[in-house]
Amino acid sequence: MFDRPSSEPLIRLTTPLKEKDVLRLRAGQWVVISGTLYTARDAAHKRMAEALARGEDLPFDVDGQIIYYVGPTPPPPGRIIGAAGPTTAGRMDSYTPALLALGLKGTIGKGPRSAEVREALKQHKAVYFGALGGAGALLSQRIRAVEPIAYEDLGPEAIRGLTVEDFPAIVVNDCQGNDAYEDARRRWRKA
Amino acid sequence: MKEVAASDICARVAELCMRACTVLPPDVVAAIEAARDREESPIGRDVLSRLLENAALAAEQGIPMCQDTGLAVVFVELGEDVRLTGGHLEAAIAEGVREGYEKGYLRKSVVRSPFDRRNTGDNTPPVIHTQVIPGASLEITVAAKGAGSENMSALRMMAPAGGIDAVKRLVLETVEKAGASACPPVVVGLGLGGSFEQCALIAKRALLRSLDDRNPDPAAADLEDELLALINATGIGPMGVGGRTTALAVKVGTAPCHIASLPVAVNLQCHAARHASYRWK
Repeated sequence: MFDRPSSEPLIRLTTPLKEKDVLRLRAGQWVVISGTLYTARDAAHKRMAEALARGEDLPFDVDGQIIYYVGPTPPPPGRIIGAAGPTTAGRMDSYTPALLALGLKGTIGKGPRSAEVREALKQHKAVYFGALGGAGALLSQRIRAVEPIAYEDLGPEAIRGLTVEDFPAIVVNDCQGNDAYEDARRRWRKA
Repeated sequence: MKEVAASDICARVAELCMRACTVLPPDVVAAIEAARDREESPIGRDVLSRLLENAALAAEQGIPMCQDTGLAVVFVELGEDVRLTGGHLEAAIAEGVREGYEKGYLRKSVVRSPFDRRNTGDNTPPVIHTQVIPGASLEITVAAKGAGSENMSALRMMAPAGGIDAVKRLVLETVEKAGASACPPVVVGLGLGGSFEQCALIAKRALLRSLDDRNPDPAAADLEDELLALINATGIGPMGVGGRTTALAVKVGTAPCHIASLPVAVNLQCHAARHASYRWK
């Protein structure tokens, strides 16, 4: 979907991610992801944090999984989902390290992550991907199935399992502490 | 005296909500196309192409271009010689928003209170700004304002001593801090002067201007040009992947202000600069 140097093969990832998948990823690489993405944003993260604080299990096992920060539009008749692009990841920063400690291997959103999250990505061997913000119509075409998982009362903020095929994303933060946004800015900034 | 039925306002507002969320205005499409043709970064160019593809797909299939179909910010220019029949202006607009977000399968993104954060379920209430003007015309504009760019906006009460240089620094700082979170290429609405609340509204209204217009105030026009060049030198690029296109336009609005004040509002707008208008003749 995106230009890349022709010397680089397209990186295909399938969920659940294994540690060896994560270790070879580098900031700035484009990947396509197939498998299941779990949707969760502000309200769902708050509830998951509350569940953990009470010593309860999360509504799904995060080990090896990817959370996609998205609140889709409702599906019109004949479709399984509406527009489904990424939301700003930074709002989930305070919740993310605890989930990474439980084995979460990836998150997908847009915009930069905090120093704490980047440190936790290094510590727990996980990555943060950026998806194409504001391209919700286009990205929804890569979603093949939608399954309710938890917190249906949250409406657009409910947790759902999305079956995706070749979902495009860029590695923003790898598990070595690199940041694709910072690299891009350094390269393209005019003196 | 001209009469307008509240039911007509409701129906038009519903249509404007749906149109704004599915059809990117032609001036915005043209600006992204021009940016794609100019962009030096291959990945940046590719991102701009995808955004155009996304906009075309949304318009063709009638689905929202972005899942954040926003808070409905409604601007009303109400002529003094217009009389509403069969209802009230704000209620009719709210009903139109409710209907448009339901019929258009748009996302309901409004919570009733910052305390309990419970979703109202119908994307109401809208934010309504009404100006009363002479004459018998009525114009309503619906802007679907997403939170990604809105959250990265800033308002500061600056000291006049800092002058326009301090204003430029604030704009750059705001855009740099936002990075990819604001979904660049952005449109920057810059409010200068007025009072605290007026300044923010000036910045928001500036975002409604056509991207290819020219500010009639030469000082403001020069500032727009200079800021656009400075923002596009940051290297952030389309969706933060790097490149020369971080903003499509800067739009400056000004108002007289207190001798001790320089209010500055920087309202960021994502590349999905969605708004639609209807004018009753």
